[in-house]
Amino acid sequence: MTDAALPRSAPTRAPIREATAWDRLKTNRNWLGFWFMVPAAAFLILFLAYPLGLGIWLSFTDTRIGRPGEFIGIENYEWVLGDRKFQDAVFNTLFYTTIASIAKFAIGLYLAILLNHHLPFKAMIRAIVLIPFIVPTVLSAIAFWWIFDPTFSIISWTLKEMGWRTTNINFLGDAWNARWSVIFANVWRGVPFIAITLLAGLQTVPPSLYEAATLDGATRWQMFRHITYPLLTPIIAVVMTFSVLFTFTDFQLIKVLTNGGPAGATELMATMSYNTAILGGKIGEGAAISTAMIPFLLGAIMISWFGLQRRKWQQGED
Amino acid sequence: MSAADSRADITDNREGMSYLDTLPRRVVTVYIPLFLIMFVLLFPFYWMGLTAVKPKEELVDFERANPFWTWAPTFEHIYDLIFKTEYPRWLWNTMFISVVSTILALIASVFAAYAIVRVRYKGASTVGGLIFLSYLVPPSILFIPLSTVVYQYGLFDTPFALILTYPTILIPFSTWLLMGYFKTIPFELEECALIDGASRFQILMKIVLPLAVPGLISAGIFCLTLCWNEFIYALTFINTHANKTVPVAIVTAFTDGDQYRWGSLMAGALVGSLPLVILYSFFVEYYVSAMTGAVKE
Repeated sequence: MTDAALPRSAPTRAPIREATAWDRLKTNRNWLGFWFMVPAAAFLILFLAYPLGLGIWLSFTDTRIGRPGEFIGIENYEWVLGDRKFQDAVFNTLFYTTIASIAKFAIGLYLAILLNHHLPFKAMIRAIVLIPFIVPTVLSAIAFWWIFDPTFSIISWTLKEMGWRTTNINFLGDAWNARWSVIFANVWRGVPFIAITLLAGLQTVPPSLYEAATLDGATRWQMFRHITYPLLTPIIAVVMTFSVLFTFTDFQLIKVLTNGGPAGATELMATMSYNTAILGGKIGEGAAISTAMIPFLLGAIMISWFGLQRRKWQQGED
Repeated sequence: MSAADSRADITDNREGMSYLDTLPRRVVTVYIPLFLIMFVLLFPFYWMGLTAVKPKEELVDFERANPFWTWAPTFEHIYDLIFKTEYPRWLWNTMFISVVSTILALIASVFAAYAIVRVRYKGASTVGGLIFLSYLVPPSILFIPLSTVVYQYGLFDTPFALILTYPTILIPFSTWLLMGYFKTIPFELEECALIDGASRFQILMKIVLPLAVPGLISAGIFCLTLCWNEFIYALTFINTHANKTVPVAIVTAFTDGDQYRWGSLMAGALVGSLPLVILYSFFVEYYVSAMTGAVKE
């Protein structure tokens, strides 16, 4: 039975079929790549690239909510640049970004170095440290709103109980207090991200380097300056780019904590563009404000890019 | 404490030079600063949780009761939140929107990452670079034009406005992360499958994806947190109260100036964060690898 059922090959083999256009669409490397890219590209083009271009176009028009605009050249920019409120917002944004980024970097790096020691319950501590980054910003901002309450602030209460102050601190009602308060909340939220990513970088530094440095009599600071810091530079560059980028364009914290107040003291460019475009209905002007953020963002990206390049060059790659 | 310390000493001896540190020195240079930082990082959550269960009269009265503790915890605020407001609806909206856009983003990213790393069509590395660049476009400069786009497409005030726009935040990140995972899968596996007659799609589904499950979990968890956290799109594109997500709804719902609103605000913030924190506690390692993996690339 078995030998009888063996299939016999046909005496003449059919010629190999010519590759049709359909076959090429299915198997050609470039077409295949195209098909695989379609979903991601559709999302990114429709909802990212197109709006990005549209935003720049809108900033040259006088569009209002419910009314399409006409091209008016750089009028919006002239109006915006001459506006005192905008100049204040640029100052606030730069101040907020600079101070918060420096503080986040310093505290984050310090925390990463602390966590790199051998600690009991290390995994658990690391997990707990990240919680401020997990909890949605708005929800933790609400907690800060309550902590910074003008009459029922727990910080004011504690300081009064300890006898260090006699009055409540007006955290969010005074211009400079408000600026420092939102910076504090921002740093609080950003430190875990920086600490955990830098910790991952620290763990790749071989301990033998420190041993060699100790034998040569290096101090702790020298070890940090000449071993830890150079080896961490690439990660620092990436992490700080992201940190600067997202601090510069921050919206949530300010919206919840101060809504730009008091008297515009904490108004950032992002909140100002929201207020102008969505609440004020002036889409054109709002788009001009948010487009004005792009040069700053490009600057931040370039700095990080060259930071990375330098490292490659030092290692002799490429 | 002493047991923990002695254990730390034992493990310390394995690692190079830490024996040079004495215990008192470690306490001053490591444990105390670490404790202070952890205290500051966690205090807002303690305060949030405490306020959520404090009786109303204790909320604004720091004289008769110690504000740092309560002896009469109450579920009044949480009860009010769940049964007297639309909170369950908001929570459902948030979950639904987050899960659907995460799934959409993951599907798109899996295909894109696979094509960039393994199909290596012409210009794949340029496309990879462009995707990374799109990660650097923050929502704050997109929300104004996007709001007009969303309006044009007729999506305004529907969950789809968010479901379709969130993937633009998620795809760049997860594509980049998955590219890293796909690169580690040996070529030989795919070559074998190709010789056996599998199509690229079959290879992706039956060989590459099962091996990249940890990467998928990392990307998924991270995407979920990003969606949950998103605020500016949700604030701009959704008007109807019932369609809002938790972060937006809380900020707009309880800001009526009532001095007892803090209880419901904190309860809302607590209940809104808990699902994420619980999820996170199960997948800490995946989450950390998502965060660090995206940075290392």
